[in-house]
Amino acid sequence: MPGQTLFEKTWDRHAVTGDDPCLLFVDLHLIHEVTSPQAFSGLAHAGRNVRRPDLTVATLDHAIPTTGRSLGIRDPRSRLQVETLRHNCATHGITLFDIDDPRQGIVHVVGPEQGLTQPGMVIVCGDSHTSTHGAFGALAFGIGTTELEHVLATQTIWQKRPLTMAIEVDGDLPRGVAAKDLILGILATIGVRGGQGHVIEYRGSAIRGLTMEERMTVCNMSIEGGARAGMISPDDTTFAYIEGRPYAPTGAAWERALDDWRDLATESDAAFAATRHVAASTLVPHVSWGINPGQTIPVTGSVPSPDMFEDEAERDTAARALEYMGLRPGTPITEIPVEHVFLGSCTNGRISDLREAARVVAGRRVSDSVSAVVVPGSMQVKAQAENEGLDRVFIDAGFSWRDAGCSSCLAMNPDVIPYGERCASTSNRNYEGRQGRGARTHLVSPAMAAAAAITGHFVDVRDWE
Amino acid sequence: MKPVRTVEGTMVALPRADIDTDQIIPKQFLTRVERTGYGDFLFYDWARDAEGNPDTWFFTNDPARRGARVLVAGDNFGCGSSREHAVWALQDWGFEAVVATSFADIFRSNAINVGLLPVEVPRSVVEALLAVAEDQAAIVSIDLQARTIRAEGLSASFSIDPTARDRMLKGLDPIGATLELADAISAYELGRANWLPSVLVGVVEGLGGPLQAVGDPGVDLGPDVE
Repeated sequence: MPGQTLFEKTWDRHAVTGDDPCLLFVDLHLIHEVTSPQAFSGLAHAGRNVRRPDLTVATLDHAIPTTGRSLGIRDPRSRLQVETLRHNCATHGITLFDIDDPRQGIVHVVGPEQGLTQPGMVIVCGDSHTSTHGAFGALAFGIGTTELEHVLATQTIWQKRPLTMAIEVDGDLPRGVAAKDLILGILATIGVRGGQGHVIEYRGSAIRGLTMEERMTVCNMSIEGGARAGMISPDDTTFAYIEGRPYAPTGAAWERALDDWRDLATESDAAFAATRHVAASTLVPHVSWGINPGQTIPVTGSVPSPDMFEDEAERDTAARALEYMGLRPGTPITEIPVEHVFLGSCTNGRISDLREAARVVAGRRVSDSVSAVVVPGSMQVKAQAENEGLDRVFIDAGFSWRDAGCSSCLAMNPDVIPYGERCASTSNRNYEGRQGRGARTHLVSPAMAAAAAITGHFVDVRDWE
Repeated sequence: MKPVRTVEGTMVALPRADIDTDQIIPKQFLTRVERTGYGDFLFYDWARDAEGNPDTWFFTNDPARRGARVLVAGDNFGCGSSREHAVWALQDWGFEAVVATSFADIFRSNAINVGLLPVEVPRSVVEALLAVAEDQAAIVSIDLQARTIRAEGLSASFSIDPTARDRMLKGLDPIGATLELADAISAYELGRANWLPSVLVGVVEGLGGPLQAVGDPGVDLGPDVE
């Protein structure tokens, strides 16, 4: 019998009953203010309780302001959402990282940071970027509000068994090429539907060589390829990251956990339904040019022409993308000017992302034509950055230094990019209107965003090293 | 959830691939705490011109299209954000089914869970349907029991996960059904590893009033858009 994949082991361990669909037990349910209120009112309406408040953790992130928090939330609807989450958590005994809690931050930043995210767990959240937690060898995926209500009431979820896909990344990432460039490069190859119906496992020597924060960046954007989840087999890098965090096991329990986690990795003779290969050495910094995350090309390239695409739907999307983005085919990527730079999000809002960006920014000034902001992924990331003096680097260069949240990634809070203006963003989505109605988003790595802030247009950050 | 057996009505054609949930219901409308009231904001940004005024060519601004029941779209419908609000907005506007060559996984689950029928058919069927839909009065009939879709000069079958089909046909409450399995869940819980994280805080006294009270703002929240 062939060996098992990490996904198969994790799935089988959580099967409560049923085959396909299977009822899976949920080890950790993360919730936030935007997709949970209707689930709690559904519970109340049916007279049901939260089965496992001890396995449920809430944070505020999506719609809260990143400045002037002591003044409260101005938008009455956002304020009501926040108050609703507070009430729901208090009523059901759910831990909430509230707006003044030093642990507050983006749900996919705080889970790993607190040691709540561990190998072999099943983790769900009413947010598609839950795939981030797969970096630890957890099966983690986004769910809708009706499913959220089901998890609250039963601590389980019905799932059809997805297929498996291996993305093998061999070799070393070249100097100046970030984890963000790796996942953007993968998305440029597989497109926004390439992962549909699959759980991706990222494998190979390049993946082994990534830090945990880099692995999170890669797994975070699995959903942008349409995948159900992204995973990486846990190893010593994983264990070293978890050890000592607030909710990590300690003492004898740590040793037992380690023994267990070492058994999770995909076995050498395990089979995947599909396998793709990527040569790490060929990767370069990437910039998205269109209106979905698959419309991404190397910074050394030019804006493509719709007639370069064979598929009619791709051609149609490319034509609409050029119109929306206000771009002409053939324009070199490095000649595209930007007016805004957003550093942050669950993709690239961690301390290593801020360090990378600060390294580029240090001793330089943000271009007069650019408005640049840094929104740390959590208040803990913010505190760490301030300990290291990164805040001074950014502020001295002309960046705005904010409190933690999702911010301009989806612009549900006041951090909206104005109509028709262009933003170099370290976030994960460039769909139309994502950062504001008519706003034009280009997805890039933290170093690439930082360099664009300085020059006012895209540059190949490798030339700056 | 109400049972879904058949859907019959006129169509709206939106022949684009990768229609993401940010388009279906833009984020500025996600600050509601209710499940209803999203229909007026369906495809809000696509339905507006550069100045933010309603664009008359877009179907949501055409009163004649208001009775449509079926949306016909391209590949990978509902990709991107997991927001169930996208499904609520489509239903709230009046759609009972979406026909597409493929659906994003989370959108499909959300749709099935609230009774918006996702009909996945080959590209040839979508193309035939788009041709029929050029006549805005043309009727399409979808039968979930028989798994068939019919329109003038067109008859095709579609596949759907049998469990999902059964649940939609019966209008089952999945939570109620799962709660019947409480013994199996309890047995599973007993076998979980003891190092797994657990985060327990006490219930705050005096805050346990009716949840609905919080959903009732008690103040005028003003218009939905700034």
